Amino acid sequence: MVSEHEVQHIAELADVGINTDELETFTHQFNAILDYFDTLDLVRGDGAAKDDMVNVMREDKIEPSLPQEDVLRNAPAQEDGFIKAPRVM
Amino acid sequence: MAARTIVFEPADPCHAFLTTCSRAEYSDGPLAGVAVAVKDNISTKGIETTCASKILKGYVPPYDAHVVGLLKAAGAAVVGKTNMDEFGMGTTTENSAFGPTLNPSDTGRVPGGSSGGSAAAIAAGMVTMALGTDTGGSIRCPAAFCGITGLKPTYGRVSRFGLIAYANSLEQIGPLGKNVSDVATLMGVIAGHDHRDSTSRNRPFSHSPKNEIKGLKIGIPEEYFGPGVDPEVASVVRKAIGRLVELGATTVPCSIPSMQYALAAYYVTCTSEASSNLARFDGVRYGPAPDTKKSWHDAYQEVRREGFGPEVRRRILLGTFALSSGYYGKYYAKAQVARQNVKADFARIFAGVDVIAGPTMPSIAFKLGEKSDPLSMYLADILTVPANLAGIPAISVPCGKVRGMPVGLQIMGKHFEDERVMDAAYAYEQAVI
Repeated sequence: MVSEHEVQHIAELADVGINTDELETFTHQFNAILDYFDTLDLVRGDGAAKDDMVNVMREDKIEPSLPQEDVLRNAPAQEDGFIKAPRVM
Repeated sequence: MAARTIVFEPADPCHAFLTTCSRAEYSDGPLAGVAVAVKDNISTKGIETTCASKILKGYVPPYDAHVVGLLKAAGAAVVGKTNMDEFGMGTTTENSAFGPTLNPSDTGRVPGGSSGGSAAAIAAGMVTMALGTDTGGSIRCPAAFCGITGLKPTYGRVSRFGLIAYANSLEQIGPLGKNVSDVATLMGVIAGHDHRDSTSRNRPFSHSPKNEIKGLKIGIPEEYFGPGVDPEVASVVRKAIGRLVELGATTVPCSIPSMQYALAAYYVTCTSEASSNLARFDGVRYGPAPDTKKSWHDAYQEVRREGFGPEVRRRILLGTFALSSGYYGKYYAKAQVARQNVKADFARIFAGVDVIAGPTMPSIAFKLGEKSDPLSMYLADILTVPANLAGIPAISVPCGKVRGMPVGLQIMGKHFEDERVMDAAYAYEQAVI
């Protein structure tokens, strides 16, 4: 069982705000879903990926990109051609 | 030469569209002048693209998704953006922040989801073809519920460049259409290699569906007709498979034991990927502005609480939890083993059959508001998620009605045999027209 306190903690880690009046419902639903996820306990096998996958990377060369004004067009807060973000410190 | 335009100002009583382009430009090409609708999680340059989320309200992409560029190059007119469950998270299109889409067959019912707007737009006769995306059934489910045709292509066959990501390892853009030929035409336009998607494979599509299926071996998994599947739906689908047998196919009973945990594996995987993908929505580069005077955690939490609906936040929480230290081994790591087991089950079955068939959905379209509990909504995806976990192609084609509502026949195939599932669907469609 996951407690309301733990759900609140995960919400903070994920930067997802939860209103206090939602917390009880969210926790209840969370636990019902996690109970269902317990069917994964039936999984057997080592599961080492058998795919012949390789990384696909382009050469580290500068390629044409969008003009600055296009990139900034959707940013709600700007200053001197930069995007403004909340303070980190 | 002046660009030609078509006028697109349809009545939309089912709320299939979030945005319509009243004058849509088109050019020469195989789709010259054909009106095509595009799901709202696919970037369209100069046309608002919201993923049906408040957090992207007003966002206008500065570039086209690869598939949209291909549509335009083929002459198509992009006439609008279709409604969906927010970020593709849902099975009914009720999770749209801008209100649900209604099922044209019965407006008291949902169209399915998450590509519900694309399917409803076709079913209502507003367009003949549309693009959707399928992460766990989001093309096939609404195709089945609305009585149209939709293909989830083999993973890697259609570029995801410009698709606003939800669960990268599972999702594919794919075609929906009134019939199999339309789906094939649209698939021919959008498939092929794109260097901007590192999972893109060089497997273009140029196939006209053929209705020759003599000798086709069809696997019938018992799990697709078991408990949880509406017996009337199962019976209609069995009858449809019987029709394929009359046309010369043979059936082979089979079993997919990994289905007992496939749905859990799917939800652990997609929520984990979503928790990472959706971290970018913080209001800084697009969306509502965070309060730059607050500390970043407080500012982001505020923006994301207001901007994301409950299902999106629920999935971000589940994914964050499944990836967190102490639970990673129990959930995410196990889900990846489960995924290998699903692939192995399909590989074993496909060694003896050409395609696998069953119902697309375990029921007919739900009534609006019927699936208010998240887990009961998740359970509705049980028959569609295996194809996403394995990366194989799967099509849904209409095969009759139950209580007046459409039912879909699902046909799954081997990797890169999208052509073969289309032929089987076409053979059925031509036989019953």
